[in-house]
Amino acid sequence: MNAAPTPAIEVTDLTVAYDERPVLWDIDWTVPQGVLAAVVGPNGGGKTTLLKAVLGLVRPAAGQALVLGRPYREQRRLVGYVPQRRTVDWDFPTNVLDVVLMGCYGRLGWIRRPGKAEHAQALAALDKVGMVHLARRQISQLSGGQRQRVFLARALVEDAQVYLMDEPFQGVDATTERAIIEVLRDLRAAGRTVVVVHHDLQTVPEYFDWVTLLNVQLMANGPVADVFTEENLRRTYGGRHGLLPIAGSAAGGWPGKP
Amino acid sequence: MSDWLGEHYTLVIVAAGAGLLGVVSGAVGSFAVLRKQSLLGDAISHAALPGIVLAFYLTRSKAPIVLLLGAAGAGWAATLAVLAIVRASRIKYDSALGLTLSVFFGWGLLLLTYVQNPRNVPEASKAGLNTFLFGQAATLLESDVLVMAGLGTAALLLMLLFWKEFKLLSFDPEFGAALGFPIRGLEVLLTSLVVMAIVIGLQAVGVVLMSALVIAPAVAARQWTDRLGRMVLLAALFGAGATVSGAVLSSLSPRLSTGPTTTLCASALVLASLLGAPSRGLVWRRLRQWRQRRQLREARHACLAD
Repeated sequence: MNAAPTPAIEVTDLTVAYDERPVLWDIDWTVPQGVLAAVVGPNGGGKTTLLKAVLGLVRPAAGQALVLGRPYREQRRLVGYVPQRRTVDWDFPTNVLDVVLMGCYGRLGWIRRPGKAEHAQALAALDKVGMVHLARRQISQLSGGQRQRVFLARALVEDAQVYLMDEPFQGVDATTERAIIEVLRDLRAAGRTVVVVHHDLQTVPEYFDWVTLLNVQLMANGPVADVFTEENLRRTYGGRHGLLPIAGSAAGGWPGKP
Repeated sequence: MSDWLGEHYTLVIVAAGAGLLGVVSGAVGSFAVLRKQSLLGDAISHAALPGIVLAFYLTRSKAPIVLLLGAAGAGWAATLAVLAIVRASRIKYDSALGLTLSVFFGWGLLLLTYVQNPRNVPEASKAGLNTFLFGQAATLLESDVLVMAGLGTAALLLMLLFWKEFKLLSFDPEFGAALGFPIRGLEVLLTSLVVMAIVIGLQAVGVVLMSALVIAPAVAARQWTDRLGRMVLLAALFGAGATVSGAVLSSLSPRLSTGPTTTLCASALVLASLLGAPSRGLVWRRLRQWRQRRQLREARHACLAD
């Protein structure tokens, strides 16, 4: 047991409440290093809140979260964050490159402005998501999928060990979905850990190797092959997960995507 | 040259003061507008009135720094009141702003009436506190302009120093918080800059209409550019244009306040920008739509003819 490497994320006894209504109840959650993990569950099940609690953006009523063995406050530089893209005003007067450069603000610290090195990093990140030709484009002129890729590029610039992404596949076109999953797989191949709030149950076995089922309480957590079962899904969604057909219990029984 | 300066000394002082406050409120106001906090400026400026009158009443001095400190204190108190109301009750932000604005302004008018009664405060009749309602740029003295210049320069320098942090705060505060920036503290700093910009404009433009100078130049500038830096620069220029022309216009008639003339000049800039700005302006957008529709119609006719 002692020989096991430090988990990427380790949450213990976490409870979060908004106006006395618990959103997360007594969560013990561990994500090992080097996996591509999906967090799934019904709306209002606390998926976004779980990410925000790890990032210190909401104050928990109880419990703590460790990133690579230490509190988030000490590990900020090791964590990259992709918020839901509808949380910002895309009519803000700025361009793609400028938004991506924000990924290095944490490293730069106070007052220092991004220089040549940071511009090179931002362009490299844009290249990875296939957006380098749009670097000077005003952000209001981007499609939903392009905006999502800008946010992903901004997180890549953070050059983190652990990535937390909130619904990066929400409402994006097929091209963007393929581009994003390719980037995520590259990150995993480089030994990084990626945790993704996800809503499309069909693609879970294809895209991810670790899954967390969440509905206020932690319903299941483990390798997709072990815990992504019909019974766990029914417990999480209350029998209405709308995923058909369910054949057997293991991931092998899933209809492959064309 | 020096003859000319001697002859027009008052006008030069007034124009310098007006231009200065236009630059500061235009630049700082850009961030307030982008953060959708335009009306916070309105609450702060109205709330400044009781602060000005109280500062005068307590010190019996009309030194600019005393009155401006009073204004800033009251403006800050109003901002805190808005935040406290939103946090402690179910009242929404816009209602909290409206409540705070009217309560502070009501107290301000009450105090002003009391202080201006010569039986209560004999020296008040000469203090000219009335000009703080609608503004009178012609009353600006060299000492006023010097204080305004000091405060204004400080506000602009702080804005340039924390440019990157303010941009992050305005675009994506949650991401900024995850990066470790103290977002609350940055909000307080930016709001303080808005308070400074408003306070230096109160004598020339007045508490009632000062918020127009925070909002209008920024709104007009946003029409012309898609870059934050250019927007702030342009808003500063628009702000100065509106205040200087407003001050000159109001000086043409002795009874005309500067607040209304400045606001009308700023509104003219907004109207022209809303209509005429190249890519966002209504005129050009309509023209583009009309052209596209005509092209579609012609293409369809060509198809049908085949």
